Amino acid sequence: MSSDAPVAEIPGDTLRERIVDDLRAQIGDALVDSLVKPGDDVWVRVRPDAWLATGRALRHAMGFDYFCFLSAVDWMPSPYGKGEDDPTEPPPERDDTIRQGYAGGETRFQMLARVTHPTLHVGVNVKCDLDDAHPVVESWISVYAGANWHERETHEMFGIGFDGHPDLRNMYLPTDFEGHPLRKDFPLLARMVKPWPGIVDVEPLPGGDDEEGDGE
Amino acid sequence: MTSTESLIDRRQMAYIAAQASDARLNVELETEGMTLNIGPQHPATHGTLRIIARLDGEQVVWAEPSCGYMHRGYEKLTEVRTYPQVTTLVNRIDWLGSFANEVPFILAAEKLMGIEAPPRAQWIRTILFELSRIANVSLFLGDLGVQMGAITPVFMAFRDREYVLNLIEGATGGRFHPNFDRIGGLKDDLPAGFIDETRAVMKKLRTFCDEIENLLFGNEIFQSRMRGIGVIPKDVALQYGLSGANLRASGVDWDLRRDQSLPMAWDKVDWKVWTHPDGDAFARCWVRLQETREATMIVDQLLDSIPSGPVMAKVPRIIKVPEGEAWVSTENPLGEMGYYVVSKGDLGPFRTKIRSASFNNISVVPWVLKGVYVPDIITILASLYFILGDIDR
Repeated sequence: MSSDAPVAEIPGDTLRERIVDDLRAQIGDALVDSLVKPGDDVWVRVRPDAWLATGRALRHAMGFDYFCFLSAVDWMPSPYGKGEDDPTEPPPERDDTIRQGYAGGETRFQMLARVTHPTLHVGVNVKCDLDDAHPVVESWISVYAGANWHERETHEMFGIGFDGHPDLRNMYLPTDFEGHPLRKDFPLLARMVKPWPGIVDVEPLPGGDDEEGDGE
Repeated sequence: MTSTESLIDRRQMAYIAAQASDARLNVELETEGMTLNIGPQHPATHGTLRIIARLDGEQVVWAEPSCGYMHRGYEKLTEVRTYPQVTTLVNRIDWLGSFANEVPFILAAEKLMGIEAPPRAQWIRTILFELSRIANVSLFLGDLGVQMGAITPVFMAFRDREYVLNLIEGATGGRFHPNFDRIGGLKDDLPAGFIDETRAVMKKLRTFCDEIENLLFGNEIFQSRMRGIGVIPKDVALQYGLSGANLRASGVDWDLRRDQSLPMAWDKVDWKVWTHPDGDAFARCWVRLQETREATMIVDQLLDSIPSGPVMAKVPRIIKVPEGEAWVSTENPLGEMGYYVVSKGDLGPFRTKIRSASFNNISVVPWVLKGVYVPDIITILASLYFILGDIDR
């Protein structure tokens, strides 16, 4: 479709607007929302049931052959903050409203993938909402073979299921590991065990002048 | 021909035929294969990558890398650090070209803040970036010899890489983990004498490239072990997301230094993107060799045109990055290294997706190792060139 068209002179609005238009022509109203930052990047959000169809349209019809990455975002603010709170004090009040980023969204978990056009040199960030209680989406393996490992990683880090993935083994963690580390409600245990020394900008040297300063 | 001779001949033929049919029978009966464990502590794995290969005789029928021996959870750690603190972490992703890891993250933060480093800082960034590439890839070129059984090149590589590391140390204070890039510019200007010193070292490195080209790439054994081995066609390379020299060796003319506009100095100098049509192990190594030489010439030209001025833009003392999302990737020594940074207007990133080159480059291993012979496993892994910290992050 767009792969044989000449490269726009200014790689800005027209080129990136056209990506959104082309994708809309392919998948119709499954394209929920989009955002084009002129000269920068494109974000599209699609319906979860059209996730695989989007991948197919991007690769086979629009020439986005290069698979960059696939991951997810947990939009819930971390209940632990930065893990810098004094454990003896009651936990501070935190803003726990979920605000999604570019191209909007309605759910806590969102898929995030990026594919690139190898001759036009533009990429597109694809997002899709996921059911919070049962986050499952179709696997992209049949479209981009390289999605295999990325989906395994996303599965273990966020607990997102991929329909049609042959083998969602853990990539990094032990098989019997419990929890999904990149979810915001998974605490960073190192911070829970020992307070982060980096709160103090410069730690005083032992025996130094300002040892009684703002250290522990 | 006498009759006895032809009789022996016929007997021999019958014997061979029987053997062959036995062998065929064995295949049909699916004789028990063998599982070969390579690593996690193997010299060819640059760290602790483990490869499990199922063999049928000498041939690999199935192979799968097993990662995670060095997973440090940087994506989670960035969520509890401030932006300036993150460079310390990302330095350790590809530890042979550390400075190059800092640059895309800093660029992403700068993009979100809407600031740009002053020209001199951009130039110095690009110079240090290319020096990281030279340090990184020159070690690869030497190590390549070791994995093929040639010991000499690695000594040459360590000898000449030291000159480059000295330069990086002279400018940044750190040989391996410079932590020199700041939001808005650089920590410091170049030290006195850096420019002349660098010119001399670049000359040495070009000699090194010539030596390696003569010694290794011109060697018949090397060629016969590399040519036609581990061929990755263009479409496979693209859909696995291979990048850097691995992609260019499959005939894709794509270099992020040229093909995107970044506030860096690559577009200010004249250089060439090397590609190779073959897609085999030799092509991948050859492209890297040419790129190293090209990088020395990029550095030379940048040294000629380096502008004067400050190396730091005006940035607030406490850096808060406005809400937004940004993706920046650069052409690192290993390939496309990118950061997807989500900011909520805090002191630190809300989420960082680190897209490292080796993770994608190695994900093609199960595909490419299918059907190869055991000695070629090492050749292919060496030619794909990965760094464990860059896979596991």
